[in-house]
Amino acid sequence: MSEAAEVIVLEDVSFSYGGPPVVRHVDLRVREGDFLGIVGPNAGGKSTLLKLILGLLEPQSGRIRVLGGKPARAARAIGYVPQFPGFSRYFPISVEQVVLLGRLGAGEGAGFWSQFLPGRYSAEDRRKARAALAEVEAEDLLHRQIGSLSGGQLQRVLLARALASEPRILILDEPTANIDQRLEGDIFDLLKRLNERLTIVVVSHDIAFISSYVDRVACINRTLVCHQTEAVDSDIIHQLYGDHVRMVTHDH
Amino acid sequence: MEFLVALAQQPFLQYALIAGLLASVGCGVMGAYVVVKRIAFIAGGIAHSALGGMGAAAYFGFDPLLGALLAALLAAWLIGLVRLYLEAQEDTLIGAMWAIGMAVGILFIARTPGYQSDLMSYLFGNILLVSPPTLWFMAMLDMALLVIVAAYHRQILAVVFDEEHARLRGISVTFFYLLLLSLVAVTVVLMIQIVGLILVLALMTLPAAVAGHYLYSLRGMMLVAVLISSLASVMGLALSYVSDLPTGPVIVLLVAAFYVGSALLRRLLGHRRTHAAVRRAEALEGRHG
Repeated sequence: MSEAAEVIVLEDVSFSYGGPPVVRHVDLRVREGDFLGIVGPNAGGKSTLLKLILGLLEPQSGRIRVLGGKPARAARAIGYVPQFPGFSRYFPISVEQVVLLGRLGAGEGAGFWSQFLPGRYSAEDRRKARAALAEVEAEDLLHRQIGSLSGGQLQRVLLARALASEPRILILDEPTANIDQRLEGDIFDLLKRLNERLTIVVVSHDIAFISSYVDRVACINRTLVCHQTEAVDSDIIHQLYGDHVRMVTHDH
Repeated sequence: MEFLVALAQQPFLQYALIAGLLASVGCGVMGAYVVVKRIAFIAGGIAHSALGGMGAAAYFGFDPLLGALLAALLAAWLIGLVRLYLEAQEDTLIGAMWAIGMAVGILFIARTPGYQSDLMSYLFGNILLVSPPTLWFMAMLDMALLVIVAAYHRQILAVVFDEEHARLRGISVTFFYLLLLSLVAVTVVLMIQIVGLILVLALMTLPAAVAGHYLYSLRGMMLVAVLISSLASVMGLALSYVSDLPTGPVIVLLVAAFYVGSALLRRLLGHRRTHAAVRRAEALEGRHG
């Protein structure tokens, strides 16, 4: 069996927001088809790492390649589900319109100039937006206002917006932080299904929980503390991260 | 009735009516963006900076509206770049541009013989002095605005709704945000004739805000805001004609009355409950996050 292609490569990446480094000398490789969990304490640089991979931030040193190119150029091929969406829940917009925004810049041929294409969404855009909602089992929300959704419903809609762009990689930041605990498993079952065709990187604070879903775990606390490349079971998790679990509690 | 008879006879009233309707188109459409993006303060800064251009144009002998358009566009780009790249000082710099624009305008007007009397109409509008060339100018600006909004509503909405997501979808936030502010600048110039640049803010935000009380789509808000603002312009023109009061302030007080009335009505109808529910949900999430 040949080795799968590396879709995300970080080499000796460091970043700071002007103060002490938030991400320090991180090396990380994600292969096509991976389901990678990134865990670590609060303020350990997990979200910053995602923003570096997405090209929203530029590293001070080191090299990042996503799908063989610069992160900002690859961003269109990534579906991103942020922890805190960048919009107000009062914004007058329907679920359908939100998911359709995921269609902007979608498709293989989309380049720099595609952002200047005038006009409306095509019938294909609408069909794919609806299909994305169906995939996250939220078709019934199509005409709802985003302001009327529960935390779990909003999470599904954000996932549908990410899927509508037909991404090759799906990146999620704490997808279960804002929702009911009993829905947590539903979201991860869904991700497990999507992993059959997509590379998935998910940040979570809940080490024990995600370990039962992901293939590999990277533990980030400023720097890459540990990187488990073998299949993970809960014994290994406790063995490897026991210290860090305690560290998280000390931080508070 | 008296107004309708006068309207049939007096060309200046007909021009005023057309001017009010043309301005309503721009301010309804752009007002919806301004309200949902919460950039009323930026729109105010752009409007007041326009006086600098009007004063300079008057001094050098150009059409003041052309001067207003150039100054408003310049202010829009400066404010937009400050907002995108120097976020920490945004409100200070907008406040400074606001004041600098007005100061420059007043100095130029002071040095322009015979223009002092026009200052009041720049500041508070004088719809009764609108001439056919101005109407053509306004119609052209309206057309440009509608064509651009129709062509790029998706991209502008993406930037207005969620800048980070827009950027990730390969949309230049800088370009489309500056485009949005440029369209706001055009709208400001459209409305200077009607209500003047001091009162522009009310006509741009209040009709859209009233529409936002009842509608939950940007497109619907635009349409209803255009209708509300048209209604206020026509009613304001008639009221000011029969009572011999300045038109701009009457129009502004009308839209303000619509807004207050609608806010009260909404409270009575209990629409607040749904919003309160959202606020509770958000507070809950804030605690978790």
